[in-house]
Amino acid sequence: MLLAPIKGNKRMSLIFYILATLAVVSALGVVFARNPINSVLLLISTFLTIAGQYILLNAQFLAVVHIIVYMGAIMVLFVFVIMLLNLNKDKEPYKKLLSKVAAVISSGILLLVLLASVAKVSLATPAATLSPNMGLVKNIGLVLFRDYLFPFETASILFLGAMVGAVVLGKREPKKA
Amino acid sequence: MEKIISVIQVVPIEHYIVLSLILFCIGIMGVLFRKNAIVILMSVELMLNSINLLLAAFSAYHADPSGQIFVFFIMVVAAAEVAVGLSILVTMKRNNDSVDIDLLNRLKG
Repeated sequence: MLLAPIKGNKRMSLIFYILATLAVVSALGVVFARNPINSVLLLISTFLTIAGQYILLNAQFLAVVHIIVYMGAIMVLFVFVIMLLNLNKDKEPYKKLLSKVAAVISSGILLLVLLASVAKVSLATPAATLSPNMGLVKNIGLVLFRDYLFPFETASILFLGAMVGAVVLGKREPKKA
Repeated sequence: MEKIISVIQVVPIEHYIVLSLILFCIGIMGVLFRKNAIVILMSVELMLNSINLLLAAFSAYHADPSGQIFVFFIMVVAAAEVAVGLSILVTMKRNNDSVDIDLLNRLKG
């Protein structure tokens, strides 16, 4: 791929590769960690590296929302549920070695197939020049409330449904006398 | 002041595709590998995030903010999914005293 020599591009690509390596390593840790709380902590570090990728991509709004939603809401929910259910290494369900090996092999084969199909695709260099403030709240808000207003309102109904569903599911069923 | 350059002009888009494919397949491996329902939910989150990263990368590649809006909506759906999934998990733990996903096999016909 032909790239115009731009000052500082070596540093940027170095940051990308460091973040990518960290993301893959901690994602593997999520799967292989024995204790669920270690899985949660490694998942947080994966999400932090993805937030770093968003900042590199000039998607500042997404990076902030990602940190607020995932680290602020979802991860706290996970940690609370692990704490409430008192999960630890001793309560880990037993799984046969054969099915674990089968899981690794099948996902590896899927990765190979997907990579092979990507290798066939030839993408040109980015044609459009990127405006540096595309990912700022102002521009994203303009697009969101002008072109995607209806999906935005539908998302609020989805949230209402999820909220009601979570409360109904979490409520203790009344004892039948 | 130095001109702000985007990483998309430095790192080829193929590397973003490869990174998110690897993360997606690790998520699939987590779903198949573990029996603990909470780790399976985390692996689903990992898969959603890999797709988010790819959408953001293509959004920067085409200089089109619509991709970032899609990422926003996927985050909304992920938050709703986690809330419902974790409450199902709490109910499951209360009824079966376990988070083993294989106990939930009564739905098969």
